[in-house]
Amino acid sequence: MNILYFAWVRERIGLPREKVETTARNVAELVDELRAREERYAVAFSDLAGLRVAVDQQLTDFDASLEGVREVAFFPPMTGG
Amino acid sequence: MKISVQDAPFDLGQETQAFAAGHRDMGAIVTFTGIVRDLPDDPLKAMEIEHYPGMTEAALTEMAETAMARFSLGDALVIHRFGRLLPGEMIMMVATAARHRKDAFEAAEFLMDYLKSRAPFWKREITEKGADWVASKSEDEDALARW
Repeated sequence: MNILYFAWVRERIGLPREKVETTARNVAELVDELRAREERYAVAFSDLAGLRVAVDQQLTDFDASLEGVREVAFFPPMTGG
Repeated sequence: MKISVQDAPFDLGQETQAFAAGHRDMGAIVTFTGIVRDLPDDPLKAMEIEHYPGMTEAALTEMAETAMARFSLGDALVIHRFGRLLPGEMIMMVATAARHRKDAFEAAEFLMDYLKSRAPFWKREITEKGADWVASKSEDEDALARW
């Protein structure tokens, strides 16, 4: 599964994208796996209320299923316009 | 309908002219343009805009299609830049064409409200003091409740 990071999430984790092998059934479980990896992930994912997630490029929630999903992206609230 | 996510500047006059041309049955064209604003206390050197290639275009297309149907538009245009921009440069524009002005104005506001907090762009301000990601505003999120 491809994981993408944008804005300060990308900066805190230190890379824009990576491929991960995961057995997580939903986004929240994936976040738990990432948090357990290293301190920089734990820091980036410390406050989920301040984060947004897109699954296969659709904005969704942290309880979204990962079944058949190819791409998950984490980022702060958007500031377009 | 035209959606463009680009790093290059755009010509507001040319885009507006091209958009307005060829809509004989549309009595109202509204355009909105967003500009990089300088900061009063801490002069802005540049603004950097990051986006999510692929999702950005899809999200903008979906917003424009929704606006077209909801406000019975004849046409809609969204241009949004990314990359490094200087104070005074144009960041983005929307244009809407409708039979009457109320729909054209409302559709432009609808597009702007959604673009602010649902299109995957992130702004970073670079000043003498350093660089900071622009925080989202709760009123931008609240603005969506209107629709």
